[in-house]
Amino acid sequence: MLDQTQVERLEAEAVNSAKTRQPLYAARKKIFPKRASGRFRQFKWLVMAITLGIYYLTPWLRWNRGAFAPDQAVLIDLANRRFYFFFIEIWPQEFYYVAGLLMMAGVGLFLVTSTVGRAWCGYTCPQTVWVDLFLVVERAIEGDRNARMKLDAAPGTARKLFLRVSKHAIWLIIAVATGGAWIFYFADAPKLLGEVITGTAAPVAYVTIAVLTSTTYVLGGLMREQVCTYMCPWPRIQAAMLDENSLTVTYNDWRGEPRSRHAKKTLAAGQSVGDCVDCNACVAVCPMGIDIRDGQQLECITCALCIDACDGIMDKLGRERGLISYATLADYNANMALATAGGTSPVNPVLVRTATGSFVDGLAHFHLGKIFRLRTYIYLGAWTAIGLVLVYSLLTRERLELNVLHDRNPQFVTLSDGAIRNGYTVKLLNMIPQPRTIEVTLLGLDGGEMSIVGIDQPPSRTFSIPVEPDRLKMLKVFVRQPADQIKEPVQSFEFRIEDEAGSEAAEYTASFNAPEIGK
Amino acid sequence: MSSEHIDEISGITTTGHEWDGIKELNNPLPRWWVITFYVTIAWALAYTIAYPAWPMLSSATKGVLGYSSRDDVKNELAAAEAAKGKYVAAIEQKTVSEIAADDALREFAVAAGGAAFKVNCVQCHGSGAQGSKGFPNLNDDDWLWGGKAEQIQQTIMQGVRFASDPDTRQSEMPAFGKIITLEQIKQVSAFVASLSGPVQDASLVEPGAKVFAENCVACHGEKAKGNREFGAPDLTDAIWLYGSGETAIAAQVRTPRHGVMPAWAGRLGDTKVKELAVYVHSLGGGE
Repeated sequence: MLDQTQVERLEAEAVNSAKTRQPLYAARKKIFPKRASGRFRQFKWLVMAITLGIYYLTPWLRWNRGAFAPDQAVLIDLANRRFYFFFIEIWPQEFYYVAGLLMMAGVGLFLVTSTVGRAWCGYTCPQTVWVDLFLVVERAIEGDRNARMKLDAAPGTARKLFLRVSKHAIWLIIAVATGGAWIFYFADAPKLLGEVITGTAAPVAYVTIAVLTSTTYVLGGLMREQVCTYMCPWPRIQAAMLDENSLTVTYNDWRGEPRSRHAKKTLAAGQSVGDCVDCNACVAVCPMGIDIRDGQQLECITCALCIDACDGIMDKLGRERGLISYATLADYNANMALATAGGTSPVNPVLVRTATGSFVDGLAHFHLGKIFRLRTYIYLGAWTAIGLVLVYSLLTRERLELNVLHDRNPQFVTLSDGAIRNGYTVKLLNMIPQPRTIEVTLLGLDGGEMSIVGIDQPPSRTFSIPVEPDRLKMLKVFVRQPADQIKEPVQSFEFRIEDEAGSEAAEYTASFNAPEIGK
Repeated sequence: MSSEHIDEISGITTTGHEWDGIKELNNPLPRWWVITFYVTIAWALAYTIAYPAWPMLSSATKGVLGYSSRDDVKNELAAAEAAKGKYVAAIEQKTVSEIAADDALREFAVAAGGAAFKVNCVQCHGSGAQGSKGFPNLNDDDWLWGGKAEQIQQTIMQGVRFASDPDTRQSEMPAFGKIITLEQIKQVSAFVASLSGPVQDASLVEPGAKVFAENCVACHGEKAKGNREFGAPDLTDAIWLYGSGETAIAAQVRTPRHGVMPAWAGRLGDTKVKELAVYVHSLGGGE
């Protein structure tokens, strides 16, 4: 049954191995992750394709907004202070949508972490994705783990130099492409690409490309796992997010221990043997260079490649998969209690198996019900609530607005016929990419009339103002009221604006000041 | 020496300092830290060579790059001037009415004129151009010398009763205290006040009208509507430069005060004056 001759044993030691008691200032130990294959590796390829695809292709998507707005689907137009996202256009004063999305991202991370652990780190974090991409290049050029280790130890030859230069050259190309893609989110992509190539783009474009090229190359190619271990705060924060019902990548000691490299001999000697054959496959594939069998640790980004590696070994050995698996701490503890007879003895795998070799019924298994608990309900509720508020406010938001500023100096002006005049700065916001004619009307204020600077029209209670597409029109409006109609020192009235062609309208309640009677 | 200070547990040398039994291990600094440290020193040296830095006896080293913050400011100012150039050139070319009729030019002129107003005009006319007793309110629609943009421009350029400008706007109301009697002054003041409101003693109005017809119509007109040719104010409206009411009017009839406004053409130049004129014209009273 336990034919260990099929299993390749790897010389691999965890970089943070507790046994060696590393000094604090040890130099970085090089990690040569072996290629893994299996379900999670497949899934990671898929996630990588999707995330990289989104990143590189998004700026090239087109979205027709008519003649008066750019046709790039996603565009952050810093010069004109507009953000376009497909059918949504955001003005700077609507930045709360972005704040709301960031809040959703935060709560979403809490939700994901409390259910499936550090899935963000393991699958979608740009650091993980780009390191994965850089490793693909490294493997393609230098070979898999053993070949790379050999090359690394080999003296400098022309071949080594050639391989190294090619690897770094391809990394740099990827890095340039990464930095280059970033700038396309901020300007019309096809036009900017032409400008970048011909050297006529703005200096900031080149500076951005240079900065992002170097960060991509240094973080993804050179620093790799050190970014996660030493620089990133998220591993620390997540420790507080996890609880005993969160899924984490777990080495199941209760069936693996005692690990043995020579199961038959050990069995023959009458000792019990766990499923772990100590082949080190899990350590060899780990991009963080750790040994998951040491338990949950800060360095683990839960990429699950060790699960794939171990499952492959278990398949070869004819054992059940899942010696390393996604498991919750609660399940793990329950099974450990079973395997150690309540903690009274070392792990004895016999305790979790029946006479026929299958697992006993009492084992705890993960089921979906564990995801739905009060904590995740609260996260989900908060996340959904913010989302609904955003969607509601997006659907009901006004695309025609008006702001009014009452002149304070002077507050009012007495005219030669005794009438009182107040001045206002009225801003009409036409927030759609279409030109509109806006009707400005005065409501209330008996006998009051408006005149607008720069508009050649006798005083009236209604004006028609053309407003450019997607622009703000600022008007200096003077409102006058005859002396005999003034009732109080402060009267309130409304400015109303209406789209002449459509149904949108907005109102603003303003006040009209006059001298106190008798003064 | 160092063999004296070795931590028993870790086997690492200590610094030899001891605080309440706690000794500091003499661990090496991380390599990246040391490298960064030396890089900053090299950077600082290179920086002080490249940029002005080292103080000398009378000045400081200029730096090999030739950078100077004064040049920076000059360049920025030049860039700002260049950005305004298009508008300023257009304002030089056009008349004030043309400027006021052009949306973009008017906006520019109002902004520029508003800034110039804050520097040169607020001392008398107030920060909101609302004026005060003796200093006209520029927001209202009552103009002594005319409220068209060109007329405002003329007033700003040449000033009013400004002795050193031969083309200044000139007018002077005689001091009637020496020409007519006190009783007549009382009567004519009542008459003038009655043109825009109730008076205390209606019996003075009729003789006042006679006094007015004899002495005042030449400048203020038969209907007391004033005359902008001489800067004679309209006496029928609600706006009074030196205060309303019979007493204030009587004081002005007896010994009139004559405000002076400086001529600004020489001081500010044509363009600024045009911008100011457009700004004042835009305040709401412009004709």
